[in-house]
Amino acid sequence: MQLANSEQLNATFIALADPTRRAILARLATGDASVMELAEPFAMSQPAISKHLKVLERAGLVSRGRDAQRRPCRLDAKPLEEATKWLETYRQNWEASFQRLDDLLEEMKATTAKKSKRIPK
Amino acid sequence: MSTAAVKVTTPTDCEILITRTFNAPRDLVWKTLSNPELLKRWLFGPPGWTMTSCDEDQRPGGSFRWAWQGPDGAEMAMSGVYREVVPPERVVRTERFEFGCGPQSGEQVATLVLVEQNDKTILTLNIIYPSKEARDGALQSGMDRGLEAGYERLEQILAEEQGK
Repeated sequence: MQLANSEQLNATFIALADPTRRAILARLATGDASVMELAEPFAMSQPAISKHLKVLERAGLVSRGRDAQRRPCRLDAKPLEEATKWLETYRQNWEASFQRLDDLLEEMKATTAKKSKRIPK
Repeated sequence: MSTAAVKVTTPTDCEILITRTFNAPRDLVWKTLSNPELLKRWLFGPPGWTMTSCDEDQRPGGSFRWAWQGPDGAEMAMSGVYREVVPPERVVRTERFEFGCGPQSGEQVATLVLVEQNDKTILTLNIIYPSKEARDGALQSGMDRGLEAGYERLEQILAEEQGK
């Protein structure tokens, strides 16, 4: 399913906001798995896991295989990369400005220190 | 002395939270955030941009307008109205972006807080957007202040999507 770009970003963030879903993604990063296999480590029923999988599918992070018996789940990392990339670029741009601010503050501190060393009249 | 890098989080789907610690007393940090001549020296915008003007009337009800210029004469400005100004600890204001001659974007509310701790200052900037879409758009824009680089990337991604 193709979402408009900011909808995609939003869906990705929602998908990532849950620890169970993050754990599911971590498991799928090591290889495909069936819903049964995914449910195993959690104290959670398969229907509950399936609900989480639907959220992940909508975000385009997980795709389901066509194999009628198993319908294995597979991790699709592209949307995750996009969302992470945006956040990281945003963060880097702020950091660049703040590093300039660090330099300016050092300059201001040095100026303040010099002034306080002058002999008072 | 090195400082830890900025942290950016998304506490809710309409918010961005920016946190950064500075090795300086709070009143100095406050000056760099409220003095136009000092602001111009660090708040450049995305790579390739510089701040060109900074009009400030920093008091409740006062308005401000900051403008930047980017590559190929691109222009961008942010304006708004101050709601709260409590030196040296807190500013709350509305913000709205203008890009070149284009229409203004929606309005967001920014809350800046400075806390002093052992000669260091912790800055938190919380920006609340009118919608999830506006918030996500800001993140995509690269720094919430530079659509230029963001639009290029968006174009690339859309071209890739269309090519599939």
